[in-house]
Amino acid sequence: MGFYVAQLLTGLANASSLFLIACGLSIIFGVTRIVNFAHGSFYMVGAYLAYTIVTTLDGGIFGFWFGVVVAAVIVGLLGLLVEVTILRRIYHAPELFQLVATFGVVLIIQDAALAIWGAEDLLGPRAPGLDRAVRIMGEPIPEYDLALILIGPLVLAGIWLVFHRTRWGVLVRAATQDREMVGALGVNQAWLFSAAFVLGAALAGLGGALQIPREAVSLQMDLSVIGDAFVVVVIGGMGSVAGAFVAAVLISVLNAFAILIFPQISIVLPFIVMAIVLIVRPYGLFGKEGSEHGAPSEPEQPLRLLSSRATIVVMALVFALAASPAVVSDFTTILLVDVMVATLFAVSLHFMMGLGGMVSFGHAAYFGVGAYAAAMAVKFAGLPMIPAMLIGPLGAAAAALFFGWFCVRLSGVYLAMLTLAAAQILWGVTFQWQDFTGGDDGILGVWPAKWASSDRVYFYIAFVLCVGGIWFLRRVAHSPFGYGLRGIRDSDVRAEAIGMDVKFHQWMGFALAGGFAGLAGVVFAFSKGSVFPDVLGIGQSVDGLIMVLLGGIHALAGPIFGAGVFVLIEDWVSRLDYWRFIFGAIILVVVLLAPDGVAGGVDRLLRAVGLRREERA
Amino acid sequence: MKLVRRKILGALAALPMLGMIPAGAQAQEKIVIGEINSYTRLPAFTEPYKKGWELAVEEINAAGGVNGAMLEVISRDDTGDPATAIRIAEELTSKEGAVMLFGTFLSNIGLAVADFAKQKEVLFLASEPLSDAIVWSKGNKYTYRLRPSTHMQAAMLAEQAAKLGKKKWATVAPNYAYGKDAVAAFKAELTKLQPDVEFVEEQWPPVFKIDAGSTVRALEASKPDAIYNVTFGGDLAKFVREGSLRFLFEDRPVVSLLSGEPEYLDPLGGEAPEGWIVTGYPSTDIKTPEHEAFAAAYIAKWGEAPKTGSIVGYNSVLAIKAALEKAGSTETEALLAAMEGLEVASSPTGPFMFRAADHQSTMGAYVGFTALVDGKPKMADWFYADGAKYLPSEEEAAKLRPAE
Repeated sequence: MGFYVAQLLTGLANASSLFLIACGLSIIFGVTRIVNFAHGSFYMVGAYLAYTIVTTLDGGIFGFWFGVVVAAVIVGLLGLLVEVTILRRIYHAPELFQLVATFGVVLIIQDAALAIWGAEDLLGPRAPGLDRAVRIMGEPIPEYDLALILIGPLVLAGIWLVFHRTRWGVLVRAATQDREMVGALGVNQAWLFSAAFVLGAALAGLGGALQIPREAVSLQMDLSVIGDAFVVVVIGGMGSVAGAFVAAVLISVLNAFAILIFPQISIVLPFIVMAIVLIVRPYGLFGKEGSEHGAPSEPEQPLRLLSSRATIVVMALVFALAASPAVVSDFTTILLVDVMVATLFAVSLHFMMGLGGMVSFGHAAYFGVGAYAAAMAVKFAGLPMIPAMLIGPLGAAAAALFFGWFCVRLSGVYLAMLTLAAAQILWGVTFQWQDFTGGDDGILGVWPAKWASSDRVYFYIAFVLCVGGIWFLRRVAHSPFGYGLRGIRDSDVRAEAIGMDVKFHQWMGFALAGGFAGLAGVVFAFSKGSVFPDVLGIGQSVDGLIMVLLGGIHALAGPIFGAGVFVLIEDWVSRLDYWRFIFGAIILVVVLLAPDGVAGGVDRLLRAVGLRREERA
Repeated sequence: MKLVRRKILGALAALPMLGMIPAGAQAQEKIVIGEINSYTRLPAFTEPYKKGWELAVEEINAAGGVNGAMLEVISRDDTGDPATAIRIAEELTSKEGAVMLFGTFLSNIGLAVADFAKQKEVLFLASEPLSDAIVWSKGNKYTYRLRPSTHMQAAMLAEQAAKLGKKKWATVAPNYAYGKDAVAAFKAELTKLQPDVEFVEEQWPPVFKIDAGSTVRALEASKPDAIYNVTFGGDLAKFVREGSLRFLFEDRPVVSLLSGEPEYLDPLGGEAPEGWIVTGYPSTDIKTPEHEAFAAAYIAKWGEAPKTGSIVGYNSVLAIKAALEKAGSTETEALLAAMEGLEVASSPTGPFMFRAADHQSTMGAYVGFTALVDGKPKMADWFYADGAKYLPSEEEAAKLRPAE
């Protein structure tokens, strides 16, 4: 009995840590609707600052807690800086665009932390006065764990008091429910948003600072918590702080007991719980209907077919690409294959997000299934390249059909998070099931057939498949099916009223996007010769998301710009020292100059110099 | 339209000029070597490594280079992604004119580049990855590996573990290929030496995301006589902290892979556990003349003591130099022939060679106990375990490899 109580207490202590990170994220999302990737970075900076302050002061109990609070305050100020200089300028950008900016912030903070605190892990002091274990029912429990178990609910109570007993808190809750109305009533939104962002950032900093007695401060801290923090927020219901607390307890306690029975479960447990919760409760445990979307943005311009002049330009560019192997070096053709793969992947994601209105945080799942299906067809079935290339997209489309059936029942951020859960579960299975998928040692030796093994021949295979795929998706966008998808995106109620099967349309759109992501995965697998679970990972999904958003979600050409810019800039800057800082800064500059994405920016530029006439509606 | 046509024609006309860009500019004597590693993903381990190979390159060039040519290493960051590593490998070999590749830390990137080396027929010296698969189950003609593998280091520890005479063991290892290999190898080797051994508990926390409190409690619940640990980095710090708070290590010997390496041991500071049996690298305590010369030069150049990565980076370049000298050419076939059974007569860690049968080097590791000296963690009572003793015989090893 004592053993289980002790395990429960361990779980609860972890729950408090997790809650402290997640509650700030939930507040920020609730008010500003920003999906804040930089939250993990704030957490990491909080831990580093607390380490520096506490070890410098070396002032016993007072010094420790003072250091923790000061670290949280400084992180809050950092949040203010980010909000005022960057985010405030792009609140009117399309939904989710702000996450590109926070991604830039993540990159910058990673390199800044490396430059300031160095590469080596830093093990801070234990909390003075709480550095031992006490025996409860005969089992040793660290005193600091007990302190954390208290701090979590205390912070929750503090937030509750602020939200229910202060005018500011009432405004925050009101803004969480209806921003427009709050603005219409004359409340200064900019000030409200800044305050919410600062509070959220400070809470993340506090969460990080409170970790120093438990773990070494390291440069991996940011990315290691961000996934779990999102899961907790979503399970609790976006914007619900109490929900985040319940979700944190649920996940941590489940994990504490699950590892007694099935130790390998830890890598996917949070995502399995999230998937189950979202299937049963589409808005999370405590989320309200309507909590899933960002601010309603301006209605999109209808898609137009290209003018004849534009068609000529596009054709010329395609021909230039086709002729490029004759001109450029072998390595450039390889880089161009990477660009084409990324572009097809981004276009397929854009098809889902931009046209279908279904945001995906887990599009890599289908890219990865395509790559793995092809690789396994070669390795286990001994199929030649061409049949294996057919199996990839089919496998990806099948996986998208399966997961899509669940996903299209949700919308907005919840849909996005369920796609992430699907991708993470697939990743976990691939990673774990060593006998079948090779685990993280991957599948090697997936090279093109002999006749296609030269860089040039493979370039043309990739060219046909990728450019063909992009062309096909573009055709679909202008087909009745594509018009249907966009109609549903803009108003599912009206679409339903005129007799369209909304869910079925979305489901098919999802599967089609998945199939073409799979095609990109196939081309990728044969160009690299090996596949690893990373292709299904969060990093791949986020890259796709950044390409689509950076390129401009409202234009069909957006993902093409986005992918090209992203791959080429990354390839170029990663030669330099501190390249992540530079890359992050470039992203921020693009974001600030072109809040409508690269495509929008180019469009405005062309108009400004008179190369493109104002279109008459 | 006219404009477009003129531009295309212009571009086509300019085509022949491209051939004139001096690709043969390396007419002056230099040998280009490509290097790939996870510099941004794992700076704590790859920075010392980079300092190590930079020192070796500097020393070799100062002494007149190799075969009369200067060594030039072009180093790139793989960003921790195997696909990026492949792209860089392409660029290094096809554009930069690298005659061979070396580097990598993560096993999956090591495997990806090894497979690339096989496909593109270029020599690859895997410096740091520990995976057994690189030289055994997925070994190939073009890939050699320097650092003592997971299997070798686990076998070194199993030898010491058997002397403890403990019957019930629990294991804790990160849940990925390295952890799995390390546990499997330790179990196999220990069972060979001590047939009555029992493994009563296994914990598999996700790498860099250990829930240390729960893991420690799960290990404690199985009441083992001794513990075998494979966690490292941030996970190790958390595990040590939670474990000592909860008395997991009281009267229980711990055998721990790699924990004696300065990269992992130093961050633990005054909280480093004492008396753990570890593999690692005692750095400046090694008093052989070769090592003292190396350590002095390293400290003079970088102002800090060498770490495990430093010695791996340094020895990589020594091995490359030996191969180039033996081959007398930079052709891949000649280099491959030179690598078979290549002997590196003198290195800071002593002589080592590359076995022809499985392409593994016999570079060893240091085995000893963790200790605190003046509040700083160190390795004590250590000895150098020569890698050759912990490898299966060449005949057995050859059978582990796929047919060429």
